[in-house]
Amino acid sequence: MIKNRYPRLLGLLPLIGTLLLSGCNMTLLNPKGQVGLDERNLIITATLLMLLVVIPVIVMTFLFAWKYRASNTSATYTPKWNHSTKIEIAVWAVPIMIIIALGYVTYKSTHALDPYKPLESDVKPVTIEVVALDWKWLFIYPEQGIATVNKIVFPAHTPINFRITSDAVMNSFFIPALGGQIYAMAGMQTKLHLIANENAEMDGISANYSGAGFTGMKFKATATTQEEFDAWVSEVKKAPKKLEQAEYAALAKQSQNNPVELYSSVTPNLFQTIVDKYEGMKPGPKVHHEKKEKEVAATDMNSHSAAGAEE
Amino acid sequence: MFGKLSWEAVPFHEPIVMVTIAMIALGGVALFAAITYFKKWTYLWSEWLTSVDHKKIGVMYIIVAMVMLLRGFADAIMMRTQLAMATEGSPGYLPPEHYDQIFTAHGVIMIIFMAMPFFTGLMNLAVPLQIGARDVAYPFLNSLSFWLLVSGVVLINLSLGVGEFAKTGWVAYPPLSGLQYSPGVGMDYYIWALQLSGLGTTLTGVNFLATVLKMRTPGMKLMDMPIFTWTCTWANVLIVASFPILTATLALLTLDRYMDFHIFTNELGGNPMMYVNLFWAWGHPEVYILILPAFGIFSEVISTFSGKKLFGHHSMIYASGAISILGFMVWLHHFFTMGSGASVNAFFGLATMLISIPTGVKLFNWLFTIYQGRLRFTSQVMWTLGFMVTFAIGGMTGVLLAIPGADFVLHNSLFVIAHFHNVIIGGAVFGYIAGFGFYFPKAFGFKLHEGWGKAAFWFWITGFFVAFMPLYVLGFMGMTRRLNATTNPEWVPYLYVAMFGAVMIAVGIACQLIQLYVSVRDRNKPENMCEHGDPWNAHTLEWSTSSPPPFYNFAVLPKADVVDPFTEAKENGTAYKAPAKYEPIHMPNNTATGVVMGALLTVFGFAMIWHIWWLAIASLAGTVIYFVIHAARDDQGYYVPVDVIERIEAEQHKRLVAAGKVPATATRVETSLEQA
Repeated sequence: MIKNRYPRLLGLLPLIGTLLLSGCNMTLLNPKGQVGLDERNLIITATLLMLLVVIPVIVMTFLFAWKYRASNTSATYTPKWNHSTKIEIAVWAVPIMIIIALGYVTYKSTHALDPYKPLESDVKPVTIEVVALDWKWLFIYPEQGIATVNKIVFPAHTPINFRITSDAVMNSFFIPALGGQIYAMAGMQTKLHLIANENAEMDGISANYSGAGFTGMKFKATATTQEEFDAWVSEVKKAPKKLEQAEYAALAKQSQNNPVELYSSVTPNLFQTIVDKYEGMKPGPKVHHEKKEKEVAATDMNSHSAAGAEE
Repeated sequence: MFGKLSWEAVPFHEPIVMVTIAMIALGGVALFAAITYFKKWTYLWSEWLTSVDHKKIGVMYIIVAMVMLLRGFADAIMMRTQLAMATEGSPGYLPPEHYDQIFTAHGVIMIIFMAMPFFTGLMNLAVPLQIGARDVAYPFLNSLSFWLLVSGVVLINLSLGVGEFAKTGWVAYPPLSGLQYSPGVGMDYYIWALQLSGLGTTLTGVNFLATVLKMRTPGMKLMDMPIFTWTCTWANVLIVASFPILTATLALLTLDRYMDFHIFTNELGGNPMMYVNLFWAWGHPEVYILILPAFGIFSEVISTFSGKKLFGHHSMIYASGAISILGFMVWLHHFFTMGSGASVNAFFGLATMLISIPTGVKLFNWLFTIYQGRLRFTSQVMWTLGFMVTFAIGGMTGVLLAIPGADFVLHNSLFVIAHFHNVIIGGAVFGYIAGFGFYFPKAFGFKLHEGWGKAAFWFWITGFFVAFMPLYVLGFMGMTRRLNATTNPEWVPYLYVAMFGAVMIAVGIACQLIQLYVSVRDRNKPENMCEHGDPWNAHTLEWSTSSPPPFYNFAVLPKADVVDPFTEAKENGTAYKAPAKYEPIHMPNNTATGVVMGALLTVFGFAMIWHIWWLAIASLAGTVIYFVIHAARDDQGYYVPVDVIERIEAEQHKRLVAAGKVPATATRVETSLEQA
């Protein structure tokens, strides 16, 4: 009879967990994109795995403290007992086993959810270049030749390749409903690959404090159909503003709570120019180290830098 | 003449700041007047400020920590109030430039100027006594360490009224903390306050490592040292290894800000990522420096009040060592989102998880210490049980954050805030408060009021859950940290609840202040007095001497060849046995050098912050000259004459007889306790 109770109890655990967690309207637990969904499932799996040891510890704390209270003189009292090889083995073995299981999950998921890894899809990805400015987000669509501030639109079910840098301090580019975030740093380019599973309007934020205007550094991210996306692009192409050098210089100045801006055209290679502006991050001046630079550029192209973001 | 300093540095236009300054000034004047009125300046100067006695230095550390707890908590309640008010378009009552200073100050004060001195104070108070020593290895250095901390405290509090504090968050990542984006003096206050107190911490680490290695009472083996001494020792190993990294990193940032170097800037070859790595190479070991001594206190409390030996003494030592060593190899988990490759992230994620193994072992060891014990539910035990439950949850959320795939969505969110408050409040702070109640009778000879202590516990723990569980939820709702206003209506109820939790913690703190008042008022009631020294029927040597202990701690160095030597002595009937005759005891002289150097270095820090170069040069030169004179003096300390020892020990004997610890007929015999 008692035997039967355990499998039923274990079977209930994930169900209870899902119910508890999806009950409220929590962005991270109701993601709109595949990456976010995988990350949510990872969080639930890991939490349940750890509860296997955390719940017994909490229960034992209450049980032991109550049973061996000083007033309970009928309980066994062994003041000198301080060692038991059996218990010592168990207390080391239980956490080790949980961590082995969790470690396996971690190793697998870290590679599967590497933000630099392009997403597998039959649909041609859309590239969006992201520049963190004080205190707004500039988005450049290199293929469409348009740019926006604090607003992006992209087709759902299409991989989005974000290329991210900063022309000020460090920020973190984050659309919580899609999953994953990555730092935006000057002189460097970081990458993030996301996809929306449905049409949705989502909040985008900076998730790394960047100074006085940080709180207002928000944008809207809209996932929509391919047709509506195309229509939106043609709309933007009719916008009066163009993102030329002078316009960019004005935009890059510090400002708070920026309104959405649309630019019908953008200086070619603006993103790369911004990255290259911080010469120190480049391997060296062209004239003197031409050969070396080529080598570094070639090796850097499609590989990670171990220490951090790509240069 | 005065560098960047002018009357404009005083924020006359900010009513909140000005009222605070007025209150502090009034309090200061009242304190000054009271000391003068009661003619206590000489007493204060010769008995406390210039003291090299580890017990008095420990008490002073804890006083500083408690004052800073009030300051840091005031910041906390202002932040929670702002976030409860600034919703759905309302700006709240704190403009960004003020709010940003508050959260930076809150982090720096709570970690560097509350938790660190609290731990250092408890270590000062208990560790030399636990190992049967008469003082630390370098008593003057200990005094200097304390005054360096006070320098930092003075500077960070000066920033309230003169100039501003940093607006960068306590991590102060460049380029935001560089000259281009933070041209004000706030970052310079940050640098010099941390630099001076960090130097003090490094010296403390060296001092206490030398103390446990060289000053143990004869016969005490390293593996027999009490567990609190062991966890402090591991913390000191971490201090000695990691604080120089902080010193060097701050020095590099100083070069950037003062001499136009470009080490961490965006331009000219600087690399801010280097700072982030260096900061956490110190910052992560730092949190283990805070938590390990708390683990030690819980171990002492639980084994004392269970009336049992600690389960797995060696296991605990190895587990603490494993935590220390692993704690040094996991710093990158603070920035999985920087764009390292999957293999790098996986390595640091797995290394982080390994730490949960020795930590889990510790939890089980405490459980099996309670098992088959006789647990007395004192307030210290309640803090410990509260910790075990709270910390199990905080540990779990920590491991969750160690999984890169989970961290990508939780990083920098309020989930992270909830996690580290869960382990720092539920771990370190609960431990320090338990240690405070546990060692208070040792320092002062009377017990703290239990009723108010338990009330404080219930308000703290309930307040903690009410304040921080909503933050876990808000993290899942996509709220990031360091926002000064929110627009999402769904977050509002949670922000209100969190605010209410902070108020409950405030009531808990109020209970502790009342507890202190009531306990001091009733200190002469017989049930509170415990000058005989062993109020808890405890196991280790610090309880074998009177409370407060005589300035020389032990009239004869105690015998210790087992774990829990005092329990053994009490069972054998050898406890409290006085020797036939005493030997003179060699003790160090008090010195004003620590307090003078601390004062001069405070002036130096202030001069550097405001670019008053002549004053900086003069005060630094003064510090060096004063130290050279101190080092060159011929002070060999002094010998406590036998008749003084006899008089002090006779009083203790009377107290022991009165407490029924020894029979009135006991005569002085030569015992094995005496060491040559």
